[in-house]
Amino acid sequence: MHIPDNFLSTPVWAALDVVAVSAVGLMVKRARRELDDSRIPLLGVMGAFVFAAQMINFPVGVGTSGHLVGGALLACTLGLAPAALIMTVIIAIQAFVFQDGGVLALGANVFNMAIAGVLAGYWPYRIWGAGRRRPAIFAGAVLSVMVSASLALGELLISGIKMPRPLILVSLALFAISALIEGAITVSVIQAIDKLNPSFVRRPDRANAPVLVTLGAVALILGMVGFLLASTTPDGIERLGLKLGLHSTVSFHAPLADYTVPLLDSAWLRRATGGLAGLVLIYAICAAAGRLIGRQRSA
Amino acid sequence: MTPIIEVRDLHFQYADGAKALDGVSFTLNAGESVALFGANGSGKTTFVLQLNGILRGQGNITVCGLPLTKDNLAAVRSKIGMVFQDSDEQLFMPTVLEDVAFGPLNQGLQPEEATERARSALEQVGMENALARAPYHLSAGEKRKVALAGVLAMQPEILVLDEPTTFLDPPAQRNLLHLLRELPQAKIIVTHNAMFAAGIAQRAVFFERGKLVADGLLEDIVQRFDWTYSALPLSDLRYSAQRRF
Amino acid sequence: MHHVLVDQWSQGASPMHARDPRAKVVALVAFLVVLATTAPDAFATLAIDAALLAAGILIARLPLSGVLLRAMGVLPFSLTFGLMSWMAGDRVRALGLVEKSYLSTVAVLLLIGTTPLPRLLSGLAALGTPRLLVLLAQFLYRYLFVISEQAQHLRLAALCRQGAGTKHRRSRFRAAAGALSVLFARSYYRAEGIHRAMLARAFAGRFAPLKPLRFRASDAVFALATISFFILVRVE
Repeated sequence: MHIPDNFLSTPVWAALDVVAVSAVGLMVKRARRELDDSRIPLLGVMGAFVFAAQMINFPVGVGTSGHLVGGALLACTLGLAPAALIMTVIIAIQAFVFQDGGVLALGANVFNMAIAGVLAGYWPYRIWGAGRRRPAIFAGAVLSVMVSASLALGELLISGIKMPRPLILVSLALFAISALIEGAITVSVIQAIDKLNPSFVRRPDRANAPVLVTLGAVALILGMVGFLLASTTPDGIERLGLKLGLHSTVSFHAPLADYTVPLLDSAWLRRATGGLAGLVLIYAICAAAGRLIGRQRSA
Repeated sequence: MTPIIEVRDLHFQYADGAKALDGVSFTLNAGESVALFGANGSGKTTFVLQLNGILRGQGNITVCGLPLTKDNLAAVRSKIGMVFQDSDEQLFMPTVLEDVAFGPLNQGLQPEEATERARSALEQVGMENALARAPYHLSAGEKRKVALAGVLAMQPEILVLDEPTTFLDPPAQRNLLHLLRELPQAKIIVTHNAMFAAGIAQRAVFFERGKLVADGLLEDIVQRFDWTYSALPLSDLRYSAQRRF
Repeated sequence: MHHVLVDQWSQGASPMHARDPRAKVVALVAFLVVLATTAPDAFATLAIDAALLAAGILIARLPLSGVLLRAMGVLPFSLTFGLMSWMAGDRVRALGLVEKSYLSTVAVLLLIGTTPLPRLLSGLAALGTPRLLVLLAQFLYRYLFVISEQAQHLRLAALCRQGAGTKHRRSRFRAAAGALSVLFARSYYRAEGIHRAMLARAFAGRFAPLKPLRFRASDAVFALATISFFILVRVE
């Protein structure tokens, strides 16, 4: 999910760098309100924990294993801003020290995983966690992976990277599997942590629940509507990119350009390709908007 | 002679209500060394953490004439240097120099002075060549010495060492022992290693379930509570606790 | 850990190691921007960029083959996408993708191979990165290897106790989750221990900087020279 340099077109990576800088800046401000320097070692150490945890195998099937990404786990234990900042630092260290993900593409990777992904991991727990905890945590973890992966895919497509349709579908399927694994791992780790020491896991406050539940539902409905709209054009994202001039070079449409596999090439699946990324973008925007409005209401 | 540390009737409870310290009274004179013995959980570490205000109980604590209050914390922490059991938790800066300079910087020194203090403290412990190294690359013994340097750089009058021989092989233990014997500060050594303590201190106190139940000559305490590593009773040993390095 | 090698490289001495990290970061970003905006078929430009990198590696006294080998980590990703572009008929783009992403990786390696991370972090702080992030990164990096080792120990311990076959898959899953929760708790308590050690040394709530970076004339020359060179190469 870490996009290297020279995959995204210049307008895309530059725009995302700007977006990421602003978003991270907001998170820093939010974190400064909640904690002073003495909490920094805790955040750093928990970041090291997530880094190390990403390397532990979770057996999920015949010869396959999954890994934790950790955004949702951090959000449920340390809170939104700390989680976002820790993930930002992890992604940056991965880019510089391990050359996993690009430097110019940092904005994109940070936005996908540390901002949108963490927000998506946090909100279901925040809204529904007071009630049924495990499904809320699971939903958050699943969404965090789906959101980050879909955004990454969307950004690649909008930059003009060629991906045959079957591969896109396979990728989405793999994302879904990773998302489910993340959900399972996050739930079982949080349960185990809770058994060790309940104070480690944050309790979402009930106070704002009604407002947030409404906003969450609105976000979901808007998302679904957006999905339906976006999915009316096949290859929607790619065409959009071409139209906006976001492709880095004009590509030739050679005879082999369109792969079609009869079985997989149903109309619905085609729409889903373009629609999913759109859904995810809209969800992220609504969730952020909802948070701002919610805070003003409760202020 | 006024004691350098005076503790009167100290009580402390854990969050779950269990009594960690039950009416502990203790004094230490300038330049004096004392070993703290006791079973795990008897309150030794909890006790020393009270001396510099990291844990706050009920009772009177006076350090170098200063009563331990919220306003005096910085001053007290300059007087008492504490070396913790886990050196990895103590050496948290990226390089040795930055870590040893951490204390002096907190004391308000300018970066140049803090660096100078750090250098001389590292020379004192024999680690002056490790300035730019990362703590991760050091051995257990080297980490322990750097941690000690980090504390010496603050020029304290009292040294507290919590299980200083943990993870150290015999040569490293001997090295540390010789180092500590040279230092003029008053010392409190929390340890299970009676032989090590005997090399530094003549006095020992014994903790039992949060109470300080004995205070006297180290050999007497060791004898009375049978406090050595041997699986055999003391009387069966060829080497008695009187042996020193 | 592979990373230990890069860590060793960064502890070396060379004109590149001695440069102020700010100058190196600026040079890197300039290089990457120039590379990103270079058309994939501008092979002359790409060749010069590659030569510049090779020169940098030699000046930095880093092992050339070691760096080139290490940079190959990006190849699986770029070759896959390159192949897809090639088969879709866009051969130029395919080549460009592979070449440029490889060169970017080498460039980043050159930076990190000549700049220990704490120094890089000081440079980033001086360039305007928020203190909170820099300090967070510093602590994360400091404890990364300690905690990774702990994770490996836990993993080994779990392996020693596991059964084989699908019957035990769920228990292995739960064992892994349990191991992570233990690692979480240990990390949390370790952070508490660190906090106590900080308090014991009179920490009053704010980290004070020790060594300010000194931007010397040589660094300015380096930065300006590299940037202008990159631009010239690009524009020609």
